[in-house]
Amino acid sequence: MAEYDVVIGLEVHVQVKTNSKMFCSCANRYGEEPNTLVCPVCMGYPGVMPVPNKEAIDKTVVAGLMLDCEIAKYSKFDRKSYFYPDMPKNYQISQYDLPFCEHGKVKIGGNKGFSGKDLPPKEIGLTRIHLEEDVAKLTHFGTYSGVDYNRAGVPLMEIVSEPEIATADEAYAYLTSIKQIMQYAKIGNCDMEKGQMRCDVNISLKPKGSSEFGTKIEIKNLNSFRAVHKSIVYEIKRQRRGYDNGETFQQETRGWNDDRGETYLMRTKESAHDYRYFPEPDLLPVTFTDEDVEKVRVTLSEAPLAKQARFIADYNLTDYDAEVLTQNREVADYFDAGAVLVDTPKLLANWIISELLRELSEANISIDECKIVPQQLADMIKLIENKTISGKIAKKVFSEMFSSGKDAKVIVEEQGLVQVTDESAIEKFVIEAIENNAPQVEQYKSGKTEVLKYFVGQVMKLSRGKANPQLVIELLKKNLD
Amino acid sequence: MSNTSQIDVGYVAKLARLELDDASKDKLQHDLEEILAYIEELGELDVDGIEPTAHALPIYNVMREDVSKPSFEREVMLKNAPGTVDDELLKVPQVLPGEGMS
Repeated sequence: MAEYDVVIGLEVHVQVKTNSKMFCSCANRYGEEPNTLVCPVCMGYPGVMPVPNKEAIDKTVVAGLMLDCEIAKYSKFDRKSYFYPDMPKNYQISQYDLPFCEHGKVKIGGNKGFSGKDLPPKEIGLTRIHLEEDVAKLTHFGTYSGVDYNRAGVPLMEIVSEPEIATADEAYAYLTSIKQIMQYAKIGNCDMEKGQMRCDVNISLKPKGSSEFGTKIEIKNLNSFRAVHKSIVYEIKRQRRGYDNGETFQQETRGWNDDRGETYLMRTKESAHDYRYFPEPDLLPVTFTDEDVEKVRVTLSEAPLAKQARFIADYNLTDYDAEVLTQNREVADYFDAGAVLVDTPKLLANWIISELLRELSEANISIDECKIVPQQLADMIKLIENKTISGKIAKKVFSEMFSSGKDAKVIVEEQGLVQVTDESAIEKFVIEAIENNAPQVEQYKSGKTEVLKYFVGQVMKLSRGKANPQLVIELLKKNLD
Repeated sequence: MSNTSQIDVGYVAKLARLELDDASKDKLQHDLEEILAYIEELGELDVDGIEPTAHALPIYNVMREDVSKPSFEREVMLKNAPGTVDDELLKVPQVLPGEGMS
C-alpha cells in the first residue's frame, strides 16, 4: 500500500460577542422568539443602508493580534452573491481581497492529542481573518422550510488556516486553541451547540513527498470538535482506500452523519457557486494606522500559553496543573487572584483542580457562580499552612464553604474543628485507644506493625478528626513500643 | 474593442436565476456587449501612478457604536411575507439542507 501525506485546512466561523448586529442596531442575542430581533436592514428590505458595528471590527483586530496576524492598513467589505433564503438580499456582506487580518499563526501540541497519542509542538499558519454577517436559521419541514432572521446580520468572523494540518489530533488541538483564545480575549463565547462557533474541513491526500495537491474534499455539518476529529479520521481512510484502488476523486462537498459515523456526498463541483464578489458600494473602506493597532495591542489579554508558562515559573506548578488551570480564562483568573495571597500556590492549585473543579462540575455551575471567592479559598489554604486545620478537616470545611459561602474561619470556629496539636491532649486519646484495644496491642507487639493504621483511625475518631495526624503517629509509636 | 466585452448571457442569467427565452437572450447579449464595450473605453485612460481605490469617496471609517435598539414588531416585519409558519417563521419553498452559506 502506498503512503500518503494528509493535507487539511480549516475554516472556522466565530460569532463575535456584541450588543448589536453587524450592520444594524437589532440586538445580537441567542435564544429569543423567532423573528423578534429583526428590522428592514437584517431582513434585506430594498433601499436600506448598512452601518458597520465598531465593536465587531475592534474585536476582529483583537482576534488578529492574539493570533499573530498583520492588521491591514486598508480594508473593505464586499458583496458575495448567492441565492438561498437564509440571506434575503441575495448577497452576504463579507470581505474578499482586503480582509482585516492576514498571516497569523496558532501554536498547538506539546502534550497528548485527543486520540491519546503524543502531539508534538507545531505552528499552524493562518491565512486570514475576515468579518462578515451571519445568515438566517432555516428549519426544514416536510414540504417547505421556515426562516428565522434573528441570527441574520450577527457579526461573524471567518478564520482560515493554511493547509498545514496533517492529522485529526492537530485539527482538534487547533480548534481548541482558537476557542480558548476567543474566550480569553472575550471575542466570542464559541458555544458550538448554539452555533457560535462552526467549522468546515478541507482535506486531501497526496502521495508522500509529492508537491502536487490531491483533490480537495470539503466536509460540512460538523457540530462538535469530536465530530471534526472523527470525520477527518473517516475521510483519510476513505480517500486512502480509494487511491489504493486506483480511483480518482472529484472536488466535492460532503456532509457528516454523526449517527452513522461517516461522510456523505452533498454536492459536486458542477453545482459549485460563482460568488461574483464585488466591492460593497454602501460601505466605506476601513483604515488602521500603526498607532491604532498599537493602541489595541497594549490592551490584549495574556494568551493562554503565556499564562501557562507564567504559572509554571512564578508559582511552581507542574505542566499538568498549569494546563488544567488555563483551559478556561475564568479558572485561570480565579487561581491568579488566590495565588498571590498564599505561601504555597501549588497547594491552592491542588485544591482548585481536585476539589473545586469537581464540585463545580457536579453542581453543573461555572466558577463565576461559585459561592467561594478566591480570597476565601486562599484564607482556607492559609489555615492549612499554619496548621490550624489538617488537610482532612479542610475537606469538610471546603464542602461547607461550597454550599454556604461562609468563611473557613467561621466554619472552623462554629464546628470546633481546630486541629489539636497539643501533645498532652493527643496523648490522652492515644492512651485511651491503647487501653480500649488490647487484642490489637498484642498484634502490634507480635510484630504486625501495620495495625498502627487501625490505632490512628481510633485516635482520629476519639479526637473527632481534629488530631494532627503526624503527632498521632509519633505518640502511638512512643506509647506502643 | 478588446475581447473583455465578451459575455455569456446564458451563464449570467443562470447565476441570477433568470429564465430567458431565445429572443430576450439575443437582445440582452447584444445590449450587454454594448454596455461592456462602452465601459471598455475607460481602458484608454492612462492610470499609471494612480493609487487604486475601493471606493469613489475619499471617506473612511464610518461606523456606529455598538448599541442595540428595539427591533421592529414581528407582525410588521412578516407582513410582506408570502407565507408564515405559525406567524413566527417566514415560509419558503423547500430548500436543500446544507446548501446555505454557514
